[in-house]
Amino acid sequence: MIEHVADPILEIHDLTVSYSKRPVLWNIDLTLPQGVLAGIIGPNGAGKSTLIKTAMGLIPKASGYVKLFNKDLEEVRKKVSYVPQRESVDWDFPASALDVVLMGRYGHVGIFKSLRQADKEVALDCLRKVGMEAFADRQISQLSGGQQQRVFLARALAQDADLYFMDEPFAGVDASTEKTIIALLKEMTAKGKTIIVVHHDLNSADEYFDWILLLNTRLVASGPTEKVFTKELLQKTYGGKLNILSSVGDLLHNEQFPNRE
Amino acid sequence: MKELIRFLLLEDPNVRTVVFGTILLNLSASVVGSFAFLQKKSLSGDAVAHSILPGICMAFIFFQTKSLWVLLPGAFVTGWLSLYLVDLISRHSKLKQDTAIAVVLSVFFAVGIILLTYIQHSGSGAQSGLDSFLFGKAAALLEKDLITYAIISLLVIGVTVFFFKEFMLISFDATYAGSIGLPVRGLQLVLTTLTVIAIVTGIQSVGVVLMSAMLITPAVAARYWTDDLKQLLILAVFFNTIAAIMGAYISYRYPSMPTGPWIVVVISLFAFASILFAPKKGLVYSMYRVFKHKSLILKENILKALYQLGEQDNGFRDTRALNKLLAKRNLPLWQVYPALYRLMFEGYLQHTSKGWALTSEGMERGKRIVRLHRLWEMYLSKNLLLASDHVHDDAETIEHILTPELESRLEKSLNFPEVDPHSSKIPR
Amino acid sequence: MNDFYIILTGILVAVSCSILGTFLVLRKMAMVGDAISHAVLPGIVLSFFITGSRESIWMLIGAGLMGVFTTLIIEWLHKKTKLQEDASIGVTFTFLFALGVLLISYFAENIDLDQECVLYGEIAYVPLNTIMLFGLELPKAIVMLAVVLILITAVIFFFYKEWVITTFDAPYAASIGMSTVLWNYILMSMVSFTTVASFESVGAILVVAFLVVPASAAYLITDSLPKTLFFAVLFGIISSVAGYYSASILDVSISGAMATAAGIIFIICFILQWIQKQIHTSPSILQAEEQDV
Repeated sequence: MIEHVADPILEIHDLTVSYSKRPVLWNIDLTLPQGVLAGIIGPNGAGKSTLIKTAMGLIPKASGYVKLFNKDLEEVRKKVSYVPQRESVDWDFPASALDVVLMGRYGHVGIFKSLRQADKEVALDCLRKVGMEAFADRQISQLSGGQQQRVFLARALAQDADLYFMDEPFAGVDASTEKTIIALLKEMTAKGKTIIVVHHDLNSADEYFDWILLLNTRLVASGPTEKVFTKELLQKTYGGKLNILSSVGDLLHNEQFPNRE
Repeated sequence: MKELIRFLLLEDPNVRTVVFGTILLNLSASVVGSFAFLQKKSLSGDAVAHSILPGICMAFIFFQTKSLWVLLPGAFVTGWLSLYLVDLISRHSKLKQDTAIAVVLSVFFAVGIILLTYIQHSGSGAQSGLDSFLFGKAAALLEKDLITYAIISLLVIGVTVFFFKEFMLISFDATYAGSIGLPVRGLQLVLTTLTVIAIVTGIQSVGVVLMSAMLITPAVAARYWTDDLKQLLILAVFFNTIAAIMGAYISYRYPSMPTGPWIVVVISLFAFASILFAPKKGLVYSMYRVFKHKSLILKENILKALYQLGEQDNGFRDTRALNKLLAKRNLPLWQVYPALYRLMFEGYLQHTSKGWALTSEGMERGKRIVRLHRLWEMYLSKNLLLASDHVHDDAETIEHILTPELESRLEKSLNFPEVDPHSSKIPR
Repeated sequence: MNDFYIILTGILVAVSCSILGTFLVLRKMAMVGDAISHAVLPGIVLSFFITGSRESIWMLIGAGLMGVFTTLIIEWLHKKTKLQEDASIGVTFTFLFALGVLLISYFAENIDLDQECVLYGEIAYVPLNTIMLFGLELPKAIVMLAVVLILITAVIFFFYKEWVITTFDAPYAASIGMSTVLWNYILMSMVSFTTVASFESVGAILVVAFLVVPASAAYLITDSLPKTLFFAVLFGIISSVAGYYSASILDVSISGAMATAAGIIFIICFILQWIQKQIHTSPSILQAEEQDV
């Protein structure tokens, strides 16, 4: 069940990504309409984070292409925002919550120039949106996991993009933060923004997202939640890797076989 | 040549001392260093080596003697202390381990330099021997020191051999080792102590800065030749010994050349050579493998193209002109010619003045590639739900790697299909 | 005047190193900095032999290339041959340093360099080797160090936000189109420049102490990057001054004493942050704050 849309905001065509020649994403083909809150769902090691990192050009592709707004990433970078996993940075870095949110303005300011008062106001406003204005000057290592995640979200808001990729924004956050974040994301999509979220909790998935991508090395399904979030398709996603596919993947890795070179 | 033979026969007692000395000094280092390397603690050795300097100087200042039985314990104490401090700093502050190592080694070294200059300026005139710890002077070894070092080295190696299985386990999986009741902390303590001792003894051969090379570089070199820990230790010792002999020989022929840096350069070259040329893990081997795969793909693509031409007019073994083949599959001429002749020698093709034709073996192989290609396309469209115009590219690779075993699994799971997603017949 | 020049040399080294060191520590690359400072030795010896001078622009360029080359080897070993990163660092810098020592021995008759100088420098000789500049007779080493310091300050100042973001969150930096690789190589080149410029005064080994120790100490007690940089520089200056005077009293190596002074500052900061942590982890404060979210 892979539903394709006309005029997609994100188009992934025939994408294969390999680590040491073993494909972690295999021939992914998908399109996504504008204005959805999409969840990427799948078991551990299914390539969920790899998919959005590749879309952001952080990981090289073995084959295929990614188009955002029907253009190459370089042309539309300012309209795209990426929120890495919270654990991917060292929160002992000497910076305040506001400093981190201000980083969201860097892409707009350009090289050589410094930030202005207006940027600071945008950043403070974004902190307010995630309910963190009281913590603007707090050192980031003193924030709880949920608060750190809110700061990351505020940074993404400060970027003022149209398309957002978020890597596990609900990992290790408290229930109230999760509620705040999801309400905010829904508000954003209502305004026409598109948000793609890597998510690992099956229980909340159908409630949160209006579009779901089921991923396990290959794309099992992609479409509106009510069509995709079925027992049968979930079983297909979580029922382990396809035996033949993973055997061939192992073979490619062991032989270091050049894939499409 | 005569010099080399004279050197190798060890006729000169000085040569004997130097050669045995250099070998002995680093023997234990390469053994325990292999464990440090496997435990990803390659740089801790650097901290210990630098931290030995203040220990030696303090021992000398307090006892005013250059006897190894006084200096080495001093070195041992500060060496151990440095590891303790690295651990303390990284555990009780936000500094990470590598920063802690850099802080500790540079400050200890600075203190050592202060003490060393203090000793020099206090003018007792006896400090000259201490320099050998800074730069390493294997050539200046005395025979009585040699015996001391021999005893220590044998002790370190003896204990390592005795605890070999335990050390292997805590290096590989400390959690598991703990779960089966091994005293992990105690064993780690023993291993760390042995490492410090090995560094302390090795320091006279290459000096503080280069000592970490004697710990890890032999293990790095050995790692590319074997996956077996016992073999790794033996190889590390072997590389180390050869490097020591070569270093000793160079400074025997050219007395102005320092032994220590030569040993390090030689062992490093062993390591780089291993990284490049070792069978299975070396870079050259993997480049060769890629080349082999590419040439296999090229040859199979030619057979496949000829077979597909046969499908069009049902003349599988007909002779095809080269331009017909190239029209079916466009390949650069400089690649096609050698591949065609190789296929001919291997018995897959026949060559006449009119062109090329498949032999019966060639036809079978071409048929198999076509079958695998179409089976894989079928698999992608059925199990990965890909559109039929998106499956061809992937099949172009996978057709060359599928084994007969995977082939039959594939057929079975697809329920022995007759045609592929493009309705082309899957040949049998 | 000699005292002044020696202290000034120490300060220039310390300030350059502390600024770069802050970024090395934050990027968890302290040992890469250590490796580079060792690995530029063959470059120094060769360009010294070719140009016959310790203070030349060629030496800086050669060192910059050497630093990038070292980084490339370490990365190549780590990524292409799957060798652990720490082992890649260890193998690379010991090899290049050994090569440098051999070159010194080989050129021993032609160049005025010895192993002691390599290890801990000869800062006391800095005032002896002078150059005429703007009608002033200035020690060559000071001129060179000042140039390097200006260069470093400019590069850090003008690209401050690039440094912050590539250091704090490299994937995010890449996602907004910054080249993390480029900034990394620029940092490594600057570390190489500094090592070379500091070489005569503090040697290739003690420069590591100047790079890492004041920066680590400042990092322990500060919570914003400008403060970290400020304190790192301050600690560097204090260590230089305190080190110089204690060395003259005790009649010991000046650069060694400066590095040791930095070590003492580090110990003080370590204890301070430890005490602070004990106070701050009293649970009541944190819980109160969690509730008003």
